[in-house]
Amino acid sequence: MESINTIRDTNRALRNKRIRSNIGKIIAKAFVYIALLLMYAPIIYITVFSFTNHKTTGIWNGFSLDTYSQLFDTSYLATEKIWGAALNTALVALTAAAIATILGTLGAIGIYYTRRKWIKNTMDFVTQIPVVNAEIVTAVSLCVLFVICSKFLDRSFLTLVIGHVVLGIPYVVLSVSPKLEQMDPSLYEAAMDLGATQTQALWKVIVPDIVPGILSGFLLSVTLSLDDYIITAFTKPTVGGFDTISTYVDAATKRGPLPMQLRAFTAILFAVVLLAVVVINVKSKKNAKSRKEIQKNA
Amino acid sequence: MEAVARRRHRFNFRGSLCMPYAVFMFLFVVFPLFLVVAYAFTDANWHFSLSNWATVFTEGANWKVIGVTFIIAMITTAICILIAYPIALILSNKKYNKNKVLVYIFLIPMWINFVIRTIGLKALINGLSQAIGGFDLTASAPYVAIVIGMVYDYLPFAILPLYNQMIKMDTKQIEAAADLGANPFVTFWKVIIPMTVPGIISAIMMTFMPTMSSYVIANKMSENNVQIIGNMIEHEFLSSTSEISNHVGSTLSLVMLAIIGISLLIEKLFTNKDDARKAGIW
Repeated sequence: MESINTIRDTNRALRNKRIRSNIGKIIAKAFVYIALLLMYAPIIYITVFSFTNHKTTGIWNGFSLDTYSQLFDTSYLATEKIWGAALNTALVALTAAAIATILGTLGAIGIYYTRRKWIKNTMDFVTQIPVVNAEIVTAVSLCVLFVICSKFLDRSFLTLVIGHVVLGIPYVVLSVSPKLEQMDPSLYEAAMDLGATQTQALWKVIVPDIVPGILSGFLLSVTLSLDDYIITAFTKPTVGGFDTISTYVDAATKRGPLPMQLRAFTAILFAVVLLAVVVINVKSKKNAKSRKEIQKNA
Repeated sequence: MEAVARRRHRFNFRGSLCMPYAVFMFLFVVFPLFLVVAYAFTDANWHFSLSNWATVFTEGANWKVIGVTFIIAMITTAICILIAYPIALILSNKKYNKNKVLVYIFLIPMWINFVIRTIGLKALINGLSQAIGGFDLTASAPYVAIVIGMVYDYLPFAILPLYNQMIKMDTKQIEAAADLGANPFVTFWKVIIPMTVPGIISAIMMTFMPTMSSYVIANKMSENNVQIIGNMIEHEFLSSTSEISNHVGSTLSLVMLAIIGISLLIEKLFTNKDDARKAGIW
């Protein structure tokens, strides 16, 4: 008798637990989706109002594609500026990320293999400075440097790129270093013993092993550059009205609303990013599947 | 043996690769910081002087700006952590987030330029407050609007470190706590929170630091009515025409560096305490 009672109790307890965990699950899911909705709301808001032609974002003036047609009509001043700023943004991000990736990867390798402890410690500390420091202090320090060196390093595209390299380079080092630590140290020695030169061993043994770290460092650097405002404002060329997307949007919205074309621009950008994420997801799922099949066949 | 010894004394090719990096970092990270210090302690003629510090600290308005910056940053950080913690906890749970897709979905907005997103947010909350009460939130409650803007922009930065910490969490300990009779609240407070302390600290750093300097969000969300330290520094460097402005701006930057230094010290204190507590258990 007693054992039957225990079983019944356990069953009831289990059922209660399941109901409770189901309620918990619903609450948790609702919380995440509401948070997501809030994160996307401003972008969706702009996207929705890209299909109407009122000057102010937020007033519906009937459906129209004017914002899009104006975005591709270069006779508008704002249009010209937007595409110029977009081009500048991409150019700076890619150039700076490329330089940061090369310097940072070499730096990470050098720091990892240096034999003197103090060099390693100092360089690790220096790498942390731009990460921990407030961005505006980094920006100010560069601005001061370019003021003092204005004779041979006046504010120009070059100084802007230098600023963005400073922004991204620590992240390259920080994403390459762990890959070096995971590497088998005897591989390099083996390559050397088998007659490879140091450069060959570097290119054919070390670099292929740390490629994932290098790639993620590059991507991080590009991402940070694209979104940067403060360092850009303090290092960009002072003459010629040079702007990136960040500084252009800031200047354009100082007096007055977001230019109409920017709504269309944002909507297109949003669509492209979404599409890219979907494609990457589908591809990685396919890769995972084919990997599983290969394992099965083997 | 001799060959080994020779190899050890040979020129360290791989170690030498960090030379360009070291030179770059010295020229564009370390040296400029010394320049800022030099600027902060000199006048327009490069003579040693503390007049910048007097200018900065004798004006009551500056104290107010520093205080406002600090309070906004603290409130923003607190709200970010309170929202990000449960989100990260749910995302790190395989029951809800099977293949990490949800994490990416949280990161997608970061690919749209943050100035555009902030403007969108401003239009949205003004649209909402107009619809509800017929007023512009950014005009009538600028401080609230700034905190909303900053929480919106820095929430992903709080979620990521927490999430990264939580996926490393030992779930067996949570189950063990439940099996040993702890109710969910006790489990959360005594097991989950202590395991995620490093994540919480880095999430705090990731939101607190940038909120102090991001004056663009403050400008946009308050219609240029509220100043934070970032605005003051920007004004001194980019728009003021006074001879001494760069020196005063550098002084303000040092004040900011000091705040960062103090926060880092507090962070160290906390992590050490945590380690000590762990060591005490064993």
